[in-house]
Amino acid sequence: MSIAWYLAVSAIIFSLGALGVMTRRNPLVVLLCLELMLNGGNLALIAFSRMWGNGDGQILAIVVMTVAACEVCIGLGMIVAIYRRQLPIDVDELRELQG
Amino acid sequence: MSAVLFFLAAIGAITGAVGVVVVRNPFYSVLALVSHLISLAVLFLLLRAEFVAAVQVVVYAGAVMVLYVFVVAYVGGESDSIGERLRGAGAAGPSGSTLRLGGAIVGGALLVELLIALLGTGLQATSGYGAGYAPGPRTFGTPAYIGNLLLTRFLIAFELASFLLLIAAVGGVVLARRRGGLGEEDERDVLTPMDLLRPLGTGTTAEGVGARTGNGNGVGVGAGSRYPS
Repeated sequence: MSIAWYLAVSAIIFSLGALGVMTRRNPLVVLLCLELMLNGGNLALIAFSRMWGNGDGQILAIVVMTVAACEVCIGLGMIVAIYRRQLPIDVDELRELQG
Repeated sequence: MSAVLFFLAAIGAITGAVGVVVVRNPFYSVLALVSHLISLAVLFLLLRAEFVAAVQVVVYAGAVMVLYVFVVAYVGGESDSIGERLRGAGAAGPSGSTLRLGGAIVGGALLVELLIALLGTGLQATSGYGAGYAPGPRTFGTPAYIGNLLLTRFLIAFELASFLLLIAAVGGVVLARRRGGLGEEDERDVLTPMDLLRPLGTGTTAEGVGARTGNGNGVGVGAGSRYPS
């Protein structure tokens, strides 16, 4: 398959992730959709890496995975903290920072 | 053969992504994401990124998703949010569906824009099959190749990523630890050898005012102070 097909799949996955981030209200699912967006980016990176026959894109994809793992760690820690304080687990209800 | 595998994996990845977004129960969302990640690993393999595919399956679909499953099981995978139940479905209904429609429109616009940006560019090479590839032990995408790059050209990125992981681990522990009220850690009872040797009732000032019993258990820390409002 040509590289363009992979790029199309990555664009679809990224848009689905963005749609989920915008519409879902459970912060757990928002984090999952964030993972989808990162994976869409990763697929594009690796497709371009294959296109040029160069490993830099794969290194960048591994770094993106690291950042995603850190984001999961912090995000899940925040969700557990929210749960411990018995606040509603809903991104629409958590509006204390909204001003 | 490669085309068949590509379409199978792409359909699996997109179906998994749709499942993550659409399914109401967060637990099933996590399972859909696992299937999405495994399909994506097949796509990575088709792109000759063997090491990244292995990392994707082992680290992402294995470790990270287990973390998600634990948190979903701990927090409780409620399909309806607490706030929605408090407000009632009627109050949240119209504005919620309008927002959802707006989100769908923005997502569709983003998809069109991305497709135009990626496929409609002047990049001629995207219609090709990529650079030449010869199988071998140290060729493009193998662990030896990736390790060589990581420890030579991308050493600073590698070290920064490890430092970032350390910061995130510390931050996760700090965020998720069990908090008490203000100043609880200073007042927490410290068990010294003298507390064990000393008989009950021969005590200290703290024991006299009832703040501390002889056996060293902290009784002043109630369940209420653990959840400050």
